[in-house]
Amino acid sequence: MLQIPIWQRVLIFVVLLAGLAFAAPNLLSEQRARSLPDWLPNQQINLGLDLQGGSYLLLEVQTDAVIQDQLNNLVETLRENLRSERIGYRNLGISDGEAVTFTLTNPQASREQVESIVQELGQDVTVEFGDGGQVTVDYTEAATSERVRNAVTQSIEIVRRRINETGVREPTIQRQGDHRIVVQLPGINNPERMKDILGRTARLTFRMVEQGTNPANPPPGTEVLPDDDTGPNGQPVRRYVVEKRIMVSGENLTDAQPTFQQGQPVVSFSFDTVGAKRFAEATQENVGRPFAIVLDGKVISAPVIREPILGGQGVISGDFTVQQANDLALLLRAGALPAPLTIVEERTVGPGLGADSIRAGAMASVFALIAVIAFMAVIYGLFGVLANVALLGNLILIVGALSGLQATLTLPGIAGIVLTLGMAVDANVLVFERIREEERNFKGMIAAVDAGYRRALVTIFDANITTLIAALILYYFGSGPIKGFAVTLAIGLVTSMFTAIMVTRLMVATWLRSRRPQTLPI
Amino acid sequence: MALVKRFPIEPRFDFAGKRRITLGVSTVLMVLSIIAVGVLGLNLGVDFRGGIVMEIQTKAETADVQAIRSEMNDLGLGDVTIQRFGEPNVVRLQVQEQEGGAQAQQAAIERIRNALDARVAQWRRVEFVGPAVGEELKQAGMMATGLALLAMALYIWFRFEWQFAAAGLSALVHDLVLTLGFFAVTQLEFNLGTVAAVLTIAGYSINDTVVIFDRVREILRKYKRKAMPELINLSLNSTLTRTLLTSGTTLIALFALAIFGGTVIRSFTWALIFGVAVGTYSSVGFGTPLLMLFGVKPSTVTVTQETDKEAAARVSGQGGN
Repeated sequence: MLQIPIWQRVLIFVVLLAGLAFAAPNLLSEQRARSLPDWLPNQQINLGLDLQGGSYLLLEVQTDAVIQDQLNNLVETLRENLRSERIGYRNLGISDGEAVTFTLTNPQASREQVESIVQELGQDVTVEFGDGGQVTVDYTEAATSERVRNAVTQSIEIVRRRINETGVREPTIQRQGDHRIVVQLPGINNPERMKDILGRTARLTFRMVEQGTNPANPPPGTEVLPDDDTGPNGQPVRRYVVEKRIMVSGENLTDAQPTFQQGQPVVSFSFDTVGAKRFAEATQENVGRPFAIVLDGKVISAPVIREPILGGQGVISGDFTVQQANDLALLLRAGALPAPLTIVEERTVGPGLGADSIRAGAMASVFALIAVIAFMAVIYGLFGVLANVALLGNLILIVGALSGLQATLTLPGIAGIVLTLGMAVDANVLVFERIREEERNFKGMIAAVDAGYRRALVTIFDANITTLIAALILYYFGSGPIKGFAVTLAIGLVTSMFTAIMVTRLMVATWLRSRRPQTLPI
Repeated sequence: MALVKRFPIEPRFDFAGKRRITLGVSTVLMVLSIIAVGVLGLNLGVDFRGGIVMEIQTKAETADVQAIRSEMNDLGLGDVTIQRFGEPNVVRLQVQEQEGGAQAQQAAIERIRNALDARVAQWRRVEFVGPAVGEELKQAGMMATGLALLAMALYIWFRFEWQFAAAGLSALVHDLVLTLGFFAVTQLEFNLGTVAAVLTIAGYSINDTVVIFDRVREILRKYKRKAMPELINLSLNSTLTRTLLTSGTTLIALFALAIFGGTVIRSFTWALIFGVAVGTYSSVGFGTPLLMLFGVKPSTVTVTQETDKEAAARVSGQGGN
């Protein structure tokens, strides 16, 4: 074990040099590190949100709403088809929120017709006939889950666009599990505005207002929608009877910008060609009537059409503040969410606490390092000093690996490093104790050192692999800061095995060869 | 001169003879821990219970907890805990989970922010965990712990005999139960960080145990004719210096973390300190004596196992010296 082949010596130096090179950019300022040429390692350690401050939001896509939407559409399609085929039915609706059901007035005669209607709807729809003319129409499970999956994918895209529009630096947006989205916003310590922007569906529609009808009894094909403004009692100031038929929707917008009209903040928008054409037609037919601009089921404003709007451009006004106009324009540009999002987890750390944590973590690391170094030097003398050199090498390797892998360093991660400092010397202690024992067994000094390394090696591997198993499982199941802890723990275990077995052994072997001592210092 | 020179070359503690005492003490402590968890319960943090936690730094040099409490009570958010946290101008608010799903929690956060904004110099931390997420985190935590224990036991089984795996697993369970008891008695907050600490304790404890088991196996192969208690004592005594030095350095590092590491990870650090101490004790006083109870004898380990020399050669990838 004391004859160290040349390739191992080369490996030791290469690894240590690489560690040093990858760790070095952390000593520079951020700008200097970024300006380093690409062929040099120029990445600094990535700080977690708990250290640099920022906001972590876990959003859940309301998949129930997606399924409900899908079923509502199915009801409307069936209603149209049943009517046009003149099939008698009653009680058409969604039962238990899971499937569309209705009852045929003449089950025998209509059965085939219903089957052919459903067949035309495609392979995704199934139909079942029960007793007494009961019919159940439903989407296949595959179709529903496909729909949900698409909704989540689309939601992520919309969330990404909205966040990019706000200009947050280096956000992270990832899918988590089936229907959740993780959003990490570094530097955001009051996420209320972000939550507001992400929490709105922003489904915009332009529809005609039905005049001269009683909101308590809306005619078929219309619905009653509240005004966006609320009075002092928290109730909407008025209600509108609005056609269900949509003239133009937000999907047809190409741009939206906040601007001012007569000193009031407003949002100006332009339609694409399809939207412009439809809007022109609708406004030509309805001059003198009011239309409603509806956002997420609330009427923002209901202006009267004074003349046909042919240019495909318009303005939404509605008692906005500047901020509200900005946000509305942003939402319209980014597009509507296919389903509402709810915030199910939030963790926001202010910059002050982050800075305190970094300071505390650094202080703890330094004191731990000094204490461990002093302890080892006192206990093991020269060999302790050699182990300490390896410990410093270990620290450099950890920092280098974290920077090179761009792993995220969190506060528990710093704790992981400190813990590794304590545990890293274990491999050396194992070897040194084994050497002491072997020497006691009247072996020669060289033989004792050799046997000490050889015998301790198996133990070191077994002991560290079991701890590594814990770290890997922690990484797999943990979230956020905990993952950071698992990463530093795992990296620390691997580097500490390397430094203890390779680096210290090289130093001990070199010392034995050059000094030819008569007795061991331990 | 190295201090280690003055350490006893061959300590001769009669660990095996005292095994009834150590096993008894461990069993009693485990039972007490389970009772403590049952009676006192764990102080579950917002991670697992759901709800809102905020940490604020007030503009006033000393936070007026009384005034904050009355303002919070005016909001009618139900059960609110308010306490100073570290500095005199830092206050921690804990608000119970609100009725009415995730939306209601968000509304509550916004109302608190508005109500206290005039007093607050810095919102140091705002955390909210929804009930479903809390439940999932709890399950993921239990799953991770269970899997980790199982995986480590399997590895030991693969490298040793089943008795060693069973004893190692028992020692792990012992440490985790005692750590849970520690949290029940101290009422330190039990959160996600604590689960990480618990798993780390498992990793440390098994590390310690494996080192001793390794020596037990070696000594059992070497002295086939000696009595078991004597062999166990020999194994424990010959690894004793290492056991103490390693837990010594680890505890030194952890105390540095507990003293200087700040309030955020304090409960995490104390869990680790307690766990390292218990883990060290359990490998000597619980796991190793259990080997005798499970009937390990020299003949258990002599069946066509590779020798240390072969194993070392295989691991290091080179032949002998």
